[in-house]
Amino acid sequence: MFKEFFLSPFHYEFMRNALLSCFCLSLGCGPVGVFLILRRMSLMGDALSHAILPGAAIGYMIAGLSLPALSLGGFIAGLLVALLAGLVSRTTLLKEDASFAGFFLIALALGVFIISMGKSSIDLMNILFGSALAVNHQTLLLMGTITTFTLSTLAIIYRALVAECFDPQFFGRVHGHGTFYHILFLMLVVLNLVSGFQSMGTLLSLGMMMLPATAAQFWTRKIWPMGAIAVLIGLVSGYSGLLVSYHMNYPTGPSIVLIAGLIYIFSLLFGAKGSIRHYITNRVKQS
Amino acid sequence: MESHSKKILVDHLTVTYGKTVALEDISGAIEPNSLIAIFGPNGGGKSTFVKVLASLIKPTKGSITHHCQSTCQPAYLPQQSTMHRSFPITVREVVAMGLWHTVGAFKSLTKTHQSLIDQALERVGLQDYDSRLIETLSGGQFQRMLFARVILEDSSLIILDEPFTAIDIHTSQTLLALIQEWHQKGKTILVVLHDLEMARKYFPETILLSKHCLGWGPTSKVLTDKNIMNSYHAEKIDRKRNHV
Repeated sequence: MFKEFFLSPFHYEFMRNALLSCFCLSLGCGPVGVFLILRRMSLMGDALSHAILPGAAIGYMIAGLSLPALSLGGFIAGLLVALLAGLVSRTTLLKEDASFAGFFLIALALGVFIISMGKSSIDLMNILFGSALAVNHQTLLLMGTITTFTLSTLAIIYRALVAECFDPQFFGRVHGHGTFYHILFLMLVVLNLVSGFQSMGTLLSLGMMMLPATAAQFWTRKIWPMGAIAVLIGLVSGYSGLLVSYHMNYPTGPSIVLIAGLIYIFSLLFGAKGSIRHYITNRVKQS
Repeated sequence: MESHSKKILVDHLTVTYGKTVALEDISGAIEPNSLIAIFGPNGGGKSTFVKVLASLIKPTKGSITHHCQSTCQPAYLPQQSTMHRSFPITVREVVAMGLWHTVGAFKSLTKTHQSLIDQALERVGLQDYDSRLIETLSGGQFQRMLFARVILEDSSLIILDEPFTAIDIHTSQTLLALIQEWHQKGKTILVVLHDLEMARKYFPETILLSKHCLGWGPTSKVLTDKNIMNSYHAEKIDRKRNHV
């Protein structure tokens, strides 16, 4: 019974592939999401996930449903928006969030425009929401590569990234090149969103980046463990989301992200650090 | 001869932000091993002046020349508001950043480094707080932590922008003692101040700024009642002129 429920779905190759793709996504997205929050850029992730769309659409127009074309297009579009927004905020009076908003909305409309000009609206659904059960070996290889690259890059630039994020002025004075790390990090964000492209789609893969990372905030106040907890939450969500979607015949991507959402709400209510439970106990103590 | 080569020359320095003039035509020399208070009304260009000295902003006109033999990267402590106060990082980690010039982004901390960090923490009275998160610190403890970081930077030029704002007397005394210790060790220290008494009591020299330089020299000669009145008066006239 136990084995039947928890393990037997993974006799099928498409389920194993889907599980592996979730694991890749959790490992890369968790720590990236934590740093997005630390840099107070949670909503930039949202902006970037939309910004990917026109690039992917153009890739689709040129090469059809070919993963390398979609990913490359998405990567270029996302990075372009990130760089343009960064440039505008550094040279004009607009702050980074506002300039991001401007560019990602243009990119989103452009993306929808291009896709609608093309074929049926099923294509749009595919690009926006992906399909975790259609992940093949080629996709897995790309995702594994991106995850490996993400984790090793984060390990190498960890100290600089933390220092630059905590006190940019100090970092600029003793080290310089704060911009270099900022752009490298934005590149990692875009790469991981592209990585989730096939399995979760552009919009849902953001859920795998932000929900585990925000939930992790409520369990520790140390950066390293925060990343590890985010990864763990991602893994649990991926596995249980697949199980639920298999047994109940629910849509896969949304099931995974909804479970991550449930874990987030649980953490928000009962977490060990600064959760609603703390707020209430403090209020009771005071009165 | 050697001491002369560490002098800082400020030559007809002017800084403007768009159309607003922050500093106009400031000239003077900062001798090595001087302890200088920078005084003046709000909006008088004090912070701008120290930022230019710390090479954080470039002069619009004029120049600042550091004469050093090797590197003369100054240690600069900004006003608190520029820092990310709720960042999940411990006191020890922040203080350790002061060693960036030797450790950098990649090298690991040796035992010598660890004991330097311990000494710095002890010097500012935070030895029991090293594993505390910075979000749990009071304003005074936070400032002590930043001073510990300045200790580790071990720079020959130290620039502090309003380090005593919103800090209790006890902490101010500890930090003042530290500044005097640095002075005795031969470092050059510039401190932006708002406390007239403190400037007169502890700082041998003063630069009085109100867009222009209204005095540069021994504190007793610069911080006269007449000069101070003038500095506030100049600021008022300037504000009126901007309105018209």
